[in-house]
Amino acid sequence: MQPFLQLDGISKSFAGVHALVDVDLTVNSGEILCLMGENGSGKSTLIKIVSGVQPQDSGTIRVEGQDVRDATTAEMIRHGIQVIYQDLSLMPNLTVAENIAMARTIREGRRLVRWGEMRQIAQEAMDRIGAKIDPDATVGDLPVGLQQMVAICRAFTSDLRLLILDEPTASLNRTEIEHLLALVREMKDRGIAIIFITHKIDEVIDVADRVTCLRDGRNVGSLTGEELTYDRIVELMTGREVVPVPFVARIDPTQAPVLSVRNLTKRHNFADVTFDLYPGEILGIAGLLGSGRTEIAKALFGFSPADSGEIRIGGKVQPIRNVREAVAAGIAYVPENRLTEGLFLQKAVGDNLVSNVIDDLTGRGVLIDEDRKAAMVAEWIGALSIKVADPSAPVRSLSGGNQQRVVIGKWLTRRPKVLILNGPTVGVDIAAKAYIYEIVHNLAHEGAGVILISDEAPEIVNNSNRILLVRGGRVQRELETRQTSAQELHRMVAAS
Amino acid sequence: MKLFQRSEFYLVVLIALICIFITSQNPNFLTLQNLYGVLRSASVNGIFAVGVLFVLILGGTPDVSFPAIAQVTQYVAVLALIAIGGGNIALAFAIAIVLGAVMGALNGIIIQIFRVTTIVVTIATFNLYFGMLYVLSRGDVLFEVPRPFHDFGGTLLFAREGANGAVYGLSLLPVLWLAVMIVGWFILRRTMLGRSIFAMGGDEVSAVRIGVNTFAVRLFVFSFVGALAGIAGIAHASLVLSAIPNSIVGVELEVIAAVVLGGASLFGGKGTVTGTMLGVLLFAILRNGLVLLNISSYWYDVTIGIAIILGMSANAWQQLRARRNQVNVAVEGEAP
Repeated sequence: MQPFLQLDGISKSFAGVHALVDVDLTVNSGEILCLMGENGSGKSTLIKIVSGVQPQDSGTIRVEGQDVRDATTAEMIRHGIQVIYQDLSLMPNLTVAENIAMARTIREGRRLVRWGEMRQIAQEAMDRIGAKIDPDATVGDLPVGLQQMVAICRAFTSDLRLLILDEPTASLNRTEIEHLLALVREMKDRGIAIIFITHKIDEVIDVADRVTCLRDGRNVGSLTGEELTYDRIVELMTGREVVPVPFVARIDPTQAPVLSVRNLTKRHNFADVTFDLYPGEILGIAGLLGSGRTEIAKALFGFSPADSGEIRIGGKVQPIRNVREAVAAGIAYVPENRLTEGLFLQKAVGDNLVSNVIDDLTGRGVLIDEDRKAAMVAEWIGALSIKVADPSAPVRSLSGGNQQRVVIGKWLTRRPKVLILNGPTVGVDIAAKAYIYEIVHNLAHEGAGVILISDEAPEIVNNSNRILLVRGGRVQRELETRQTSAQELHRMVAAS
Repeated sequence: MKLFQRSEFYLVVLIALICIFITSQNPNFLTLQNLYGVLRSASVNGIFAVGVLFVLILGGTPDVSFPAIAQVTQYVAVLALIAIGGGNIALAFAIAIVLGAVMGALNGIIIQIFRVTTIVVTIATFNLYFGMLYVLSRGDVLFEVPRPFHDFGGTLLFAREGANGAVYGLSLLPVLWLAVMIVGWFILRRTMLGRSIFAMGGDEVSAVRIGVNTFAVRLFVFSFVGALAGIAGIAHASLVLSAIPNSIVGVELEVIAAVVLGGASLFGGKGTVTGTMLGVLLFAILRNGLVLLNISSYWYDVTIGIAIILGMSANAWQQLRARRNQVNVAVEGEAP
C-alpha cells in the first residue's frame, strides 16, 4: 500500500545548526504514528515542514505518491493535512462557532458573515466527533479540554486526511485525555492518518500503531506491535535505559512539622484541608483537574488566600493573605504554567534566576552588585546543569526542560522551607525529568518540605513518601507511598 | 452575556444618573433644543471614535494620528472648494475621504512592514502630517469656508421655533455620525473582514494560521480610520465654519478615552459600536452639563478624568466580583 505521507531525506538547518538531518518518515492512512523525541530533537521543525509553514533545505515530501514542493499552509490543508498546535491557535475572544467555522469561510472566499451558517458548520463538525459545546460560548471562557475539542472540530471543517497533534494531552485532565484518545482511534478507523506527538509513554503504548523517534534531528528508529513496551520506548528515546530512582525520605522523627495546615477552607475552592508536612518529606497531592489541588496550592502561596483555617510555619501561626507574606515565610511555588506564570520569557536566563533574591544582591546603595549576581548565576546554572551558552540569552530560547530548571532554580535561590511544585514535568522529556527529580530529592534531603502536585500517578509514587488524595475540594485519604502502587493510585484518582 | 455583565449597561446607568443630576439643577437640560445641541457637538468625536474602535479591536496600541489627518483633509478640501469657487459638499467629502484613506494607509503599511507598535508610528505620522500642514499653509487660517459647508452645517431636520424665537432642529451631523456607526457596525458584525479584525485582535498568529490576510486587514483598518478622519474633518468645518490648522488636534486622548470607557480593550479583540457611542455621549453630556451648571470649562478635564477612573473601576470591580464568585471546585458538602 502506498503511504499517505512519505518524507525522504529531509534536512533543515537554522544559522548553521542542524535541526533535521536526512530524516525519512512515512505514515499510512488509518495509522496512528506516535512521534517522540526529547525537547529540541527536531519534532517541531518536522511538523512545520509537513504543514507548509517552513520549507525544507533538501529532501522530498510525497503526499499519496505525488511530489509536493514548496507548498504553503493553505496548499497542505487542501491536501488534507491539518495541525493541532500545542497552543491550539484559537481566538479566545471569539465564539466557539466562529473559531470552528472561520477558517473554512475564509478559505471559501466569503465576504459576508451568515451567523446561522457559521453555527451550522460548527455543529456539523462537532457532531462528527461527538463534541457537545455551546456554539455561542466565548472560547476563552472554556476549560482547556474543551478548547482543544474546538481546535479539533476546526480541522474537521475540511476534508481531513492527516491530522498532526502536537502534545495534545499536556494540559488535559485524565477524563479529557481518555476522551481525546478515543477520538483519535475513531479517526483512525475512518482511515485518517494521525501523527501524535507526546512525551507520555503510557499514552503511546495505549494508542500507537507505530512509534518513530527523533534524536538530535535524526530518525533513530521505529517500534511497532509487540515492541511497544515502556522499556523499549525509553531506550529508543534516550539511547540508554533510564531507571527511575525512587525517593526515600530521611525524616528526623523528633522534628516538628515545617508546615501545618488546619481546616483550611475557601468557598467554591476547597474545604477543611488539614495536613502536616515534615522537613525532609515530599508530600504528593493526587487528584483530578478541578479537584481543588491547584486551589490549595494557590492559597498556601497567598495567590488566592483561604477564607478560614490556620497555617503554621515551623510551629508558629502564619497568616498568609498575599504572596509577599508567603514568600517571607519561606514558601515557594512553581506553577503549572511556567510560561505564563513562572518566567519572564524575554529576559535573560541569569536575570530570571536571581529575580527572587534581587533585594539581597544590592551592594552599596541601590545598585545591583553585578559581580555577586554573575557569581550567583554561574553557581545555579552549574548546579542545575542548565544548558545555555550565555546567561544573558533570553529564557524563551531554551528548551522546555531547561526552562523548567530555570523556574525551579529561581525559587531554590531563596532556599525555601516549603517548596510547592505543581506539575513540574509537564512538557519535559524523560532525561530532563530524571534530572528535575534529582534536584527535588536533594532539596528534601537538605531539610525542606516539598509538596508535589501531579497528574501522573507514577510521578507521585516515585517521588513522594506520603500522598494526599484530593477530591471535591476535600482531602479524602492519606496514603503511605510505600504501600501504594502507581496502578492503585491511578485507579483511586480516576474513580473520584 | 447577561445584561449586568456588560459595560454598556453600566454606562447607560451612569449616563442616566448624570442626566438626572443635571436636570435637577437646571431643567433646561432635558429640552429637545439642548439635546439636539448635545448630539451635534458630539458628532465629530463620535465619527473619530468609530475609527479608534476599529484600531483598538485590531489590537496593539491606539492610533493618535487621526486628528492630524482630519486637520489636513479639512484644510485641503476647503482650499479646493475655494479654488473652484463653490462646488458641493459631496466633493468636499470625496476629497477628504480619499486623502484621509491614503494618509491612514501609510500608517498601516509602516506598522506592517516594520512591526512597530501603532502608537509610536502614529505619533510620528501625527507630527509629519500636522507639521507639513503648518509648513505649507504657513499657519494661515481660512476664516471663510465656501457656501456648501454653511448649507450642510446649517440644515436642520424637524426644525421648529423655540420659545425665544430661535429656530432649532436636528443637525445633519448626528445623522452622518449615525450612518458611520451603522457602516462600522455592519463591517464589524456582518463581514468576514470585520471578524478578521476581531480574530487578529484575539491572536494574530492564530489568525494567520486560519488564513487571515493580515496585511490586507491592517491596511483596510488604517485606511478606514483615515477616511473617517476625513469625514470628521468636513463635519468639523461645517460646524465651526472655518478651517483653522490647529482646531482639531488635541481631541485624541478624549476620543480614545471615550472608546475605552465604552468597553473596548486596549489589548485588542474587544469592543462594540454601541459602547463607543455611549462613551462619546457621556463626555458630550458632561461638557454640556458643566455649561448648564455654570461651572468653569476648566473643570471639564477634571470630570473627564474622574469619569474614566469611575468607568474603569466599575469594570474592574465587576470582573473581581465575577472571579470571586466563580466556582473553581465543586466542593463536596458545600452550600451552593
